[in-house]
Amino acid sequence: MKKTINLSVNGVSRSDEVEPRLLLVHYLRDVLELTGTHVGCETSLCGACTVMVDGQAVKSCTMFAVQAEGASITTIEGLAKNGELHPVQEGFWERHGLQCGYCTPGMIVTAAQLLDRNANPSREEICHGLEGNLCRCTGYQHIIEAVEYAAKKAAR
Amino acid sequence: MSNKYVGQRVKRTEDPRLIKGLAHYVDDISLPGTLHVAFVRSVYAHAKITGIDTSAALETPGVVAVYTGADVNDKVGPVPCAGALPDLKVPDHRVLAKDKVYFMGHPIAVVVAKDRYVARDAADLVVVDYDELPVVTDVEEAAKGGPVIHDAWSDNIAYRLTSGEGDIDAAFAAADRTVKQRVLHQRLAPIAMEPRGVLARYFPGEQELTLWSSTQIPHLMRTQVAIMIGIPENKLRVITPEVGGGFGSKLNVYAEEALLAWISMQLGKPVKWIESRRENIQATIHGRGQVGEIEIAFKNDGTLTGLRYSVFADLGAYHQLLTPAIPTLTGLMLSGAYKIPAIQMNITACFTNKMATDAYRGAGRPEATYIVERGLDLVAADLGMDPAEVRRKNFPAPNEFPFHTATGLDYDSGDYEAALDKAQQIAGYAKLREEQKKARDEGRLIGIGISTYVEICALGPSQAMPAGGWESATVRIEPTGKVTVLTGASPHGQGQETSFAQIAADELGVSIDDVTVIHGDTGVVQYGIGTFGSRATAVGGTAVFVAIQKLKEKADKIAAHMLKADASRLSFEGGKYSLQQAAAAAAATGSSDPVVPVGEAPAGALPEPQVDGKSGVTIQEIALAAHIAKDLPPDTEPGLSATYFFEPKNFTFPFGTHIAVVEIDRETGDIEFLRYVAVDDCGKVINPLLVDGQVHGGIVQSIGQALFEEVVYNEDGQLITGTLMDYALPRASDIPKQFELDRTETPSPVNPLGVKGVGEAGTIGATPAIVGAVVDALAPFGVKHLDMPIKPENVWRIINGH
Repeated sequence: MKKTINLSVNGVSRSDEVEPRLLLVHYLRDVLELTGTHVGCETSLCGACTVMVDGQAVKSCTMFAVQAEGASITTIEGLAKNGELHPVQEGFWERHGLQCGYCTPGMIVTAAQLLDRNANPSREEICHGLEGNLCRCTGYQHIIEAVEYAAKKAAR
Repeated sequence: MSNKYVGQRVKRTEDPRLIKGLAHYVDDISLPGTLHVAFVRSVYAHAKITGIDTSAALETPGVVAVYTGADVNDKVGPVPCAGALPDLKVPDHRVLAKDKVYFMGHPIAVVVAKDRYVARDAADLVVVDYDELPVVTDVEEAAKGGPVIHDAWSDNIAYRLTSGEGDIDAAFAAADRTVKQRVLHQRLAPIAMEPRGVLARYFPGEQELTLWSSTQIPHLMRTQVAIMIGIPENKLRVITPEVGGGFGSKLNVYAEEALLAWISMQLGKPVKWIESRRENIQATIHGRGQVGEIEIAFKNDGTLTGLRYSVFADLGAYHQLLTPAIPTLTGLMLSGAYKIPAIQMNITACFTNKMATDAYRGAGRPEATYIVERGLDLVAADLGMDPAEVRRKNFPAPNEFPFHTATGLDYDSGDYEAALDKAQQIAGYAKLREEQKKARDEGRLIGIGISTYVEICALGPSQAMPAGGWESATVRIEPTGKVTVLTGASPHGQGQETSFAQIAADELGVSIDDVTVIHGDTGVVQYGIGTFGSRATAVGGTAVFVAIQKLKEKADKIAAHMLKADASRLSFEGGKYSLQQAAAAAAATGSSDPVVPVGEAPAGALPEPQVDGKSGVTIQEIALAAHIAKDLPPDTEPGLSATYFFEPKNFTFPFGTHIAVVEIDRETGDIEFLRYVAVDDCGKVINPLLVDGQVHGGIVQSIGQALFEEVVYNEDGQLITGTLMDYALPRASDIPKQFELDRTETPSPVNPLGVKGVGEAGTIGATPAIVGAVVDALAPFGVKHLDMPIKPENVWRIINGH
């Protein structure tokens, strides 16, 4: 018994029939073919699937697509505007904040929300803000520096 | 050759696609009509299968097929093991369980459906009847006897091996003093953030199969899967798209890869399986898993005279690709960074009712370093010496290299004292010790841990490897002057698309933007070995470097022909061959020859190389001339391409010193890093930014092993750390405030780049420094050693006497 959902993803209005049990992450990946959002644990522990739902960083692997009815969603593909990287994306590139890149989209979305809430975070606040996103490659230091870079860049 | 890129902190060329979410990992590839696969896995650690009922699953709408061991085990060959040891017991490891299951997560059946949700639902409808059997999970129990896992043998001992050189008994008999310690290396889960995944597509007309797999070894997988499913190797193409981390866990050929390939051939459809994290912790290889006893013989002045390590290695239920080989790597590195005249390792490797252990970042070497470094701390404590001084006393001097160890290796180059000195200087070691003393007097628990490690990298000479230790590269310059590098190494996050491009751009004098590095596609790239064992740059990068020299030999000849000069009169600089005299004159007048841009040709026609009357010719012009081939020197093949297979003569031996400073919270037992200093020597550095990243990541995986991570099975063989809720990975808030990194640079004589490798330095060097720091902090309580992971609870119990 499919349900129709209406929502906006990266600024584009969508209307799709989905099964009620379809997870938001699978809606984004399989229906909309926005495969930048990854699945790393299926239990909302690793943060690879993080997307912005109405301005809040949400782990899309434990949210149903039908729960996003009426929502405005931003995924990693929607962060760059007019070909310009988001400051956090730029920071990750400048500061080598990624290696295998699998956690990166979720990490960037979380960091973007962190800076939305606190434009000038301390190192401790950055670490706390990223606690819900796991990275196995970088050891986090370059990620933290990437967020600091983005904060400085946005302040300019 | 002047270096514009090599040695610089060049930003990665890989990154734009990754930070925009536009990269393609296996699960991001969609093919029309793809069927999805879900596995039915054993819920018991050891049981007889008395029945499998697939009828309900098969009746589920959307289900296309269900296969059990009875359907596939005589059609798909066994899961391969490349470890060759004397008298090694190799169980018959079929892709699906036959009549018994041997570990929790053992695959029993596979369901194929039109939708991944339906496949999962139907897998839950497969009814398996079991008769439980007694379980053995403890490796020492398994060694003593315990329930025998494999019916083919009367015990669980897969092999015993004694290795080492020197008269170990005499060393202990003559020693002034000895120390002895039981040491545990817990099981770890590699947890690449991208789980494993396979997409297989059979083309019935062409009788060709393409396998997309998240692997570190595309070519070795092609060979093995071809053998397993009986398809000609040249009809199988393995593609590794973006790979989301490996750490050794994807240095393997798993049942799932061959099964998916076979199923695609049966059904004539693309089939996809993406591992869940729960499956990943159950059925992707684990790392470490050793428990042993270290004994060290030494003189009263701290000089080491002998080292013995007797260890039980927990192999799990089956061998994966390198399972039995990993403990032998521990044996190779038991000399650490020290002169030890007699060394002996006694391995008893056993089967247990658990997932197989295999290579996890460091693969046998972190065990060796941990044992030796913990041992050195015990020697220091026994003698009342500073741990740094015991180490310094036993280092081989730089002029003693190549340094032969009693484990049979010849270390290539090293200056261990320089790295120790530098780390101590950065840390302010003497002052730290004073501050520690003062803090102790105030009741604070501060500890300093030190590790002076050496590792074996650039695996390796083919003589020492099961399936070739060389690496390959093809470098070609296309007619438009763009440079294509094909590497047999298969990087998966390390950044070789950038570092190999740096090498190529410098050697050819072109912009790095004109270089593309291609890897991970057996249909495009010549045979290669893969990325593991910190080998990609030292072996694969060298292959790129030498291939370019070969290509330039040909370019030299073409340049001489084009400039109508003898090749000996030409110089090559900045991507251009010049007549030496003319070049000097041009330099004197400040002028230079205009270079005809290749892009300015009329549409539809290739531009003609124009060199008449010129004193120089660019490498791009040569490439064009080589492809047009109208006027080449006699006996010159058209095209501008070279392939080289580099066989290293030895391993490389990076080294360094790590110093950790921790403070323990008396109330909670919590461990906080106050400082972390690492001075690593990985030989010549191609890209310091990437090296820093490798070191950071390795250290944090060490923090995980030292303080958090542990794969736990209960006595029934149930995996009780089956999700990331129970298996604790380090988070951003668990790391030191700032890693203080530095380097010394001792080039390796093993390859012309002088590089050694750095991928595993962190997981090898850091663990003993961290554990040493915690033990040092707790020294006032009489603590001399603690097993990992050192959890706050353990620490709190020590402080509070519980």
